[in-house]
Amino acid sequence: MATRTSLLRTACRAHAAAPQSISRSAFVTAQWRRQNQAPRMFSVAAKVQEKKYTKDHEWIELGEDGKTYTLGITSYAASALGDVIYIELPSSGLEIGAGDAIGAVESVKSASDILTPVSGTVVATNEVLEEKPKVLNDSPEGDGWICRIEGDGTDVEGLMGVGEYKAFTEEEEAH
Amino acid sequence: MASKRPISATARLIASPRTVPRAVCPLQSLYSTSQPHPRHNPISHPPRQIPQHQQRFASSSTGYARTPLYDLHVEHGGKMVPFGGFSMPVQYSDLSITQSHNWTREKASLFDVSHMAQHIFSGPGAAGFLARITPASIEGLEKHSSTLSCLLHPGTGGIVDDTIISRLGPEKFYVVTNAGCREKDVAYFTEQLKEWEASNPPVNWERLDSYGLVALQGPLSASILSNALPQEDAASLEKLYFGQSVYMTVAGVPGVLVSRGGYTGEDGFELSVPSPEATISLCKELLSSATPEKLRWAGLGARDSLRLEAGMCLYGHDLDDTTTPVEAALSWIIGKDRRENGGFHGAEIILPQMKTKAKGGTGVTRRRVGFVVDVAPAREGVKVVNKEGEEVGKITSGCPSITLGKNIAMGYVNEGLHKSGTELGVNIRGKIRSATVTKMPFVQSKYWKER
Repeated sequence: MATRTSLLRTACRAHAAAPQSISRSAFVTAQWRRQNQAPRMFSVAAKVQEKKYTKDHEWIELGEDGKTYTLGITSYAASALGDVIYIELPSSGLEIGAGDAIGAVESVKSASDILTPVSGTVVATNEVLEEKPKVLNDSPEGDGWICRIEGDGTDVEGLMGVGEYKAFTEEEEAH
Repeated sequence: MASKRPISATARLIASPRTVPRAVCPLQSLYSTSQPHPRHNPISHPPRQIPQHQQRFASSSTGYARTPLYDLHVEHGGKMVPFGGFSMPVQYSDLSITQSHNWTREKASLFDVSHMAQHIFSGPGAAGFLARITPASIEGLEKHSSTLSCLLHPGTGGIVDDTIISRLGPEKFYVVTNAGCREKDVAYFTEQLKEWEASNPPVNWERLDSYGLVALQGPLSASILSNALPQEDAASLEKLYFGQSVYMTVAGVPGVLVSRGGYTGEDGFELSVPSPEATISLCKELLSSATPEKLRWAGLGARDSLRLEAGMCLYGHDLDDTTTPVEAALSWIIGKDRRENGGFHGAEIILPQMKTKAKGGTGVTRRRVGFVVDVAPAREGVKVVNKEGEEVGKITSGCPSITLGKNIAMGYVNEGLHKSGTELGVNIRGKIRSATVTKMPFVQSKYWKER
């Protein structure tokens, strides 16, 4: 984990040092390394029995039909981002691959991508958020869900259970 | 796409913001961490005068310097982030950035700006020296008055740093420069002084590195400061107008240079305090006498959104070494006498830029303007496009305006598209949003001026 953290830090430092030439690539690299150095992560074959969390602070939950996931950002992320003022939702019908940026959350201080851990098709979006972005702060893991995705059956990787995610955020805090 | 990043990256920084990237969080730059390379290496030629206050503030094990107020920030729940080589509070636990922003516009906030570099230039050559390196009307600057200005590169007229220059006496000037440019500026001053003194009267350059600097900002600032002054000074505060400075005893601390102004667009004061200990005691006293009902700490986060609403530039983002004051829409800082006679670095480039080609000048190819943007905020690095979709400019700062409830930004556009009301677009995550060129400041400034 130490390696990953320092890579991410390096990426962030590069940002700080060269503000005019921020490349996405540094972050992509950091993320790619992260995913490749994640021995604790589960892999599930399109089955998520309970709510799962990603290292990018999204949550997903599989519906009773066994193929439709609901995706949102975690309470931890919502609180860290601060007052959300705009959410860019994906379009319904959009085909997406795991790791894609499917939308964005804008707070006063920053813009953050929403990354999907699931491949498939967006079948619904939470339009309430367009009118009331505050719902994302008030109920990020409930009424503030972002979209529903019909999975294409490929494995969903890099997910954590609630306890593991909590430990992960505590580790992040400590760094 | 400069402004894109996963939530994890942002969450990380905010939760434990030891490494704050700049593109996304415009905040940290406030904190100009950018340190463009100086063109010369002056290290081998130290200035003749030995600066008297070379003592830097304590440095932590992380390698970031701390201002005298570091412990006080932590005590008040400050989330510390690196900025300009210092560990600085981005916000405090009692208020969100939005709340802190509004608090400053409605009540008063105290900002630690001790990371900024303070200097005194004095001696028979001081006025001439400053008139060579800046376009300011130094001759016309009255005692106790100040002006926004820029340090300029010779030859190109590019902006080395932006600065405030105050005249404290016939041959004495107080100069404040950006923390993020500290190394570059020191190299620049060293080199420039060496050249100046080869054939001009001497200049004494004193760096006030052990001085604290705090900004008291917001509509309640004057009454809060007034309560911390001896009676005779309290009465004179009403006659201290925007841009003026005077030495006062504040909260029992003598010799505090009180300058009316700031970086928020509100009425307020910047207080230069002659020692680290006095900086701490002054802040504690101001906070306790004003009470938390009126005065709170505010961090870099609120400072950034406040300055953007006030249309003020942030060096390293809205200004850089390749930009001239005319391109940066800062022609107003070029003194009237300087327009006639020049005599400052880059005047041969800058003065012709002030006139269009039709009028015998060279004009400029791009200008800094303000924008109001529909739907989503346009952040630094976002491309500005015309109706045909061609790139015609770039955003350098942007955020949702907390005061106005709409998205504001500043950036550069091609000459001719800079007129207020011009309809352009910005490409945010692949979608073109409407961006209207808008006069700045976005929020009307409330400076204390002679009526």
